[in-house]
Amino acid sequence: MAAVQGGMSDADIETDIKTEPSTDGFGNNNANDGRVLSASPGSGSSTGSNKQTAAVTPEDQQTLLAVLQFLKKNKLIESVEILRREAGLPENSLDPKATESAGAGSGGAAGIVDLEGGDVSSLLSRVTGSSSAGAQAPTKAVAEDQPDVRVVLSAYSQQGDPTLYEVYYSDLKKFIETVLDCHRAELSQVFYPLFVHMYLELVYNNHESEAKAFFEKFSGDQECYYEEDLRVLSGLTKKEHMRGNETLLDFRTSKFVLRISRDSYQLLKRHLQERQNNQIWNIIQEHLYIDIFDGMPRSKSQIDAMSGSLAGEAKREANKTKVYYGLLKEPEIELPLDDEDEEAENEEGKPKKKKPKKDSMGSKSKKQDPNAPSQNRIPLPELKDSDKLDKIMYMKEATKRIRLGSDNLPSVCFYTFLNAYQGLTAVDFTDDSSLIAGGFADSTVRVWSVTPKKLRKVKSAADLNLIDKESDDVLERIMDEKTASESKIMYGHSGPVYGISFSPDRNYLLSSSEDGTVRLWSLLTFTCLVAYKGHNYPVWDTQFSPYGYYFVSGGHDRVARLWATDHYQPLRIFSGHLADITCTRFHPNSNYVATGSSDRTIRVWDVLSGNCVRIFTGHKGPIHSLAFSPNGKFLASGATDGRVLLWDIGHGLMMGELKGHTDTIYSLRFSRDGEILASGSMDNTVRLWDVMKAFDDLETDDFTAATGHIHLQDNSQELLLGTYTTKSTPVIHLHFTRRNLLLAAGAFNP
Amino acid sequence: MADREERRFAEVSRESVRLMAEGAGVELGDDVAALLAEDVCYRLREATQSSSQFMRHAKRRKLTVEDFNRALRWSNVEAICGYGAQDALPFRSVKEGELFFVEDRDVNLVELALATNIPKGCAETMVRVNVSYLDGKGNLEPQGTVPTAVQSLSDDLLKYYQQITRAILGEDPHLMKVALLDLQSNSKIAALLPYFVYVISGVKSVSHDLEQLNRLMHMVKSLVQNPYLYLGSYVRSLVSSVMYCILEPLAASINPLNDHWTLRDYAALLLSHIFWTHGDLVSGLYHQIVLSLQKVLSDPVRPLCSHYGAVVGLHALGWKAVERVLFPHLPAYWANLQAVLDDYSVSNAQVKADGHKVYGAILVAVERLLKMKALSLSQSAEGHSGAHPGSVVGAASYRVNSPGLSPPPEPLSEAALGIASHLQVGGAGCHWEEWTPVPLPAMYCELYSFFGDSLAVRFSTGPGFGTHSPCTPSQLSNSRKEPPGPASNLDTTRKMPQLTANLNISPRQDGSPRTDPPPPTTRGAPIYLSGLSREVFPKARFTSPQTTPPAFSFLIGGRQMGQRCQGRRPFQTMFATTPPVSAVPPRTYAHKLPVIGRVGKPVRRWTCSHYSLHLPL
Repeated sequence: MAAVQGGMSDADIETDIKTEPSTDGFGNNNANDGRVLSASPGSGSSTGSNKQTAAVTPEDQQTLLAVLQFLKKNKLIESVEILRREAGLPENSLDPKATESAGAGSGGAAGIVDLEGGDVSSLLSRVTGSSSAGAQAPTKAVAEDQPDVRVVLSAYSQQGDPTLYEVYYSDLKKFIETVLDCHRAELSQVFYPLFVHMYLELVYNNHESEAKAFFEKFSGDQECYYEEDLRVLSGLTKKEHMRGNETLLDFRTSKFVLRISRDSYQLLKRHLQERQNNQIWNIIQEHLYIDIFDGMPRSKSQIDAMSGSLAGEAKREANKTKVYYGLLKEPEIELPLDDEDEEAENEEGKPKKKKPKKDSMGSKSKKQDPNAPSQNRIPLPELKDSDKLDKIMYMKEATKRIRLGSDNLPSVCFYTFLNAYQGLTAVDFTDDSSLIAGGFADSTVRVWSVTPKKLRKVKSAADLNLIDKESDDVLERIMDEKTASESKIMYGHSGPVYGISFSPDRNYLLSSSEDGTVRLWSLLTFTCLVAYKGHNYPVWDTQFSPYGYYFVSGGHDRVARLWATDHYQPLRIFSGHLADITCTRFHPNSNYVATGSSDRTIRVWDVLSGNCVRIFTGHKGPIHSLAFSPNGKFLASGATDGRVLLWDIGHGLMMGELKGHTDTIYSLRFSRDGEILASGSMDNTVRLWDVMKAFDDLETDDFTAATGHIHLQDNSQELLLGTYTTKSTPVIHLHFTRRNLLLAAGAFNP
Repeated sequence: MADREERRFAEVSRESVRLMAEGAGVELGDDVAALLAEDVCYRLREATQSSSQFMRHAKRRKLTVEDFNRALRWSNVEAICGYGAQDALPFRSVKEGELFFVEDRDVNLVELALATNIPKGCAETMVRVNVSYLDGKGNLEPQGTVPTAVQSLSDDLLKYYQQITRAILGEDPHLMKVALLDLQSNSKIAALLPYFVYVISGVKSVSHDLEQLNRLMHMVKSLVQNPYLYLGSYVRSLVSSVMYCILEPLAASINPLNDHWTLRDYAALLLSHIFWTHGDLVSGLYHQIVLSLQKVLSDPVRPLCSHYGAVVGLHALGWKAVERVLFPHLPAYWANLQAVLDDYSVSNAQVKADGHKVYGAILVAVERLLKMKALSLSQSAEGHSGAHPGSVVGAASYRVNSPGLSPPPEPLSEAALGIASHLQVGGAGCHWEEWTPVPLPAMYCELYSFFGDSLAVRFSTGPGFGTHSPCTPSQLSNSRKEPPGPASNLDTTRKMPQLTANLNISPRQDGSPRTDPPPPTTRGAPIYLSGLSREVFPKARFTSPQTTPPAFSFLIGGRQMGQRCQGRRPFQTMFATTPPVSAVPPRTYAHKLPVIGRVGKPVRRWTCSHYSLHLPL
């Protein structure tokens, strides 16, 4: 469906553009529209195929021409010759156009350069570039007066009577208002994207006053959660402004996705045909992706729950891929009861007294989770001795863990950063809660020891030479007592540190900064080991994999990158978000990465393939926190709208909505056994939620996984177990200790 | 331009653009400037939008100059320097040129570099941990706002407390005076309030020691007058202590030589003072006080000194209270009193002296009742009927006083420090609900039937009394000095002429230093108060309510009554009420009232009415 529609719209663009220079008025426009309409009544696929066959040859040729032009532009004369020869194109087929568009081409090139300078990711510039090339070739006449904006916005160049826009829109509005209740909510979804595209068309075609009037008249009708986008949009009143505007690019390059039931869709289509409302029909065809489903139309609340993102809802197909959300079998040394394996592995003569305990723990993890990925789907680092020791410690602590529940709430410890002067931007705890690190706006990274054990550096190389390397306590001996202190400061970044993450083995610390780098610090020497350069823009967040070695980062350039600590270049680039990636999280099994973005969507990416396997929409503001449940099945997300949404990763469904916070949620954390979700917010509160109940309630329901239409009950108040206020200290990080004590951190903000 | 404004954008006018261009030495055409201005606006908006991103990621609420500079830098624009300072920039204007600019002083770098007084670096960033909530319970109040009662006392405070209590309850009168003065003006003793209140609640244990009781009452007065103290619910406790002194048959009063009368007068004065300045802190307080006074008065078993306390208490609460409680009760009470006074046996001498005390107190109370009632009636009668301040006040007084009474009294939530029994929980069977105002002539007739010529206030009881000029205080004092003239229509059957003779003698007989039956303290102060609040105050407020749309002032928090509490700042907020007053029920303002000054003080029910200021005494 997607491919077909894509092809169709391409064809539309081209035909429209082609007719334009010759007709140059709207006398012909009707004919053009009539043609489009006459083609459209049939089912989508049939028209699509029709058109495609018709458009195959010109399209191919155009592509070739575009490629040729691109090569020419880049002064690759030889390649031009070769390609032309192979394609069998006559030399003059390109030349007149090439000379023609030399002026325009330079303009176009400038446009592209400009766009890149003006902060378009490589992906986008590729898209726009190709579309520009494709569009440039056939349109000669328009080329002169609209050199570079057209490159991006060629689709908007269709002319219609600007005064009729209001009529069209209000006509549709009237129609949708009169339609049956069950369809009205669904069809109302069309309003917002239509509104935006019509407005942009007006602006693009220099109808400034009409555009303003249009905006004034209809902006009030839009859903409140689009307010922010509308504000950006309202600032756009000139064609010149459209160049390089990110929001605009998002709209242009991605199709707004709507989910509409077949009945409602038919209704809309029939209406538009009857009214000959081709302007709107064009927009729907070109800029909207209508995901038609069979069955009952959705209710208003169902739609509202899922909408709000920059580009509409997720397509259903996007969430169909199987996700192995199960946990990896613990590659435990504990499992083999017979000591041979273990003894073979660690010669050091590690504690044997733990054995009986391990048995009890081990028996549980013996069975392989059916939903888990295979053990070596992602190559994971082998456990070191110290890791094993830590695992054992973890087991010991886990046995002392407090079982939390609605009647047994955790104690909360608050770590207050004093004298931070509004500069604290990121906090992280080690898993064993022994260290706390803070990233600051003054580019520093500071580490504190939470336990009485002080932080020590390793001795200098010269001193290390003197150490008896055979001694048992060599690890102790390498530390320099003289450097013991409660905290250490690490300098290296040249911009605020927005993300910070400890490695699971507590030997490394990652920090991401506005300066576009991610830095790896050693916690043994307290120096910077590597600066990973790849994001050329601020890096908003970074996190280590739960198994170490890998880490993910995401930033203003709209892509998330997967790195390995020993590679200076990223292993994977996850691109698809339409706006900044604001937070990144690793799945507990390390096979997936979740990213939250300012485009108000959450995406889950497969580390193995680099594909996006889940898109979650429903937030109404930029997402600033994510948390996977310990069993890997669920994901919680918090946004600037103060809501926490719960997601079932396996089914790709929204599971619940937790309302209560009044400001941005900057931190989310599940308790160690996943019973309780803690959320910390800018509103100076920590709230605890009974997520087990939320999940149970839904699972007992009839799970309409097939359609994905969840009906959420509004039970936030029942699920809210507690609200704890701080003294003017925004909560920016939360952490459950291994025994389920809740640690919260933030800077005192007098 | 117009619709632009509707969108609420910041605007850079083309004039500004042209000015700036001129500053750079470029002449701009009109259209160019307009285009540029629009583009500049757009770019600014764009930069602002992207700068907010930096703010969000820095987890701040405040957009800083640095955020904006970052946004500029990432869009390849040079950052703006010189605005990074934390403190606000001084913005100056030049009158002649209508020019506004940011002050930019020269900094002498040499001086700065060679300065020896290098400022110390800011404090080290550090992490402190505190257990906020144990097992999810903890104290659910916001951390840091420690309730005053729980707040641990610092050593200094403890010392202060010891010194003050020792001084007040000690022997040295001079020290006591100093301590009381300090208590009245110290701004840092909020934490000690509960302790002082506790000390004061000790009145019960020193009921034999008149001196100590006096001192404690003085302490109450100091606390009440301290403008920095928020008494809150401690008012109830203080009132209980005061009421104890007014009403209880104190152990000290067994000895006739003890002048417990003065104590009662003083306490009654204090009560009215607390009530008029802090009565808004505890809802239903007035009702409770009046009820307990009434209960004492109607209890014949109680000794006369208790009755005396009840009468002076009612008197102190204002003539309304007298009218509603004392006056209807008078016929029943009169019989008892008469019996006491008629008994000439020697054994009864002491009781009879007490009886005269009560008689005198009642006389003072009803005299003022008559006078005030006449005053209010004459004020409402004269001039503009609806809008006259007097009538407004009169109406208001009903509205203010009676709504406070009409809802069932709130049950006492907790026994305030054990002596809350002095605040009555209103019983259902009081005759209070079926009370109807008695017209003045009837009242006068009835009172005259009791007191005869002892009543210093005179009215002709004919229908035309309204034209009769009401007694002013000066007239009152004059008329009091005059020997009682023959009354025109007396009901001689119930008159007791001999009382007038006894009245002047009896106080001297019982050895009280007071020479006048109505003790000057009780009489002087309330009249003073009421006079101010009724005449000066309302008129000052309502000079032009007819001409202009009514702008009512609400007094929230501390009420200013006369000059008695100069230290207490009146917290005033002006509300211009757009709809006419009559259209808006007073209650609707209740939730709009901002609470100023006193933190955490709930908006009181009856202070919310428009006229709470003008409560007449």
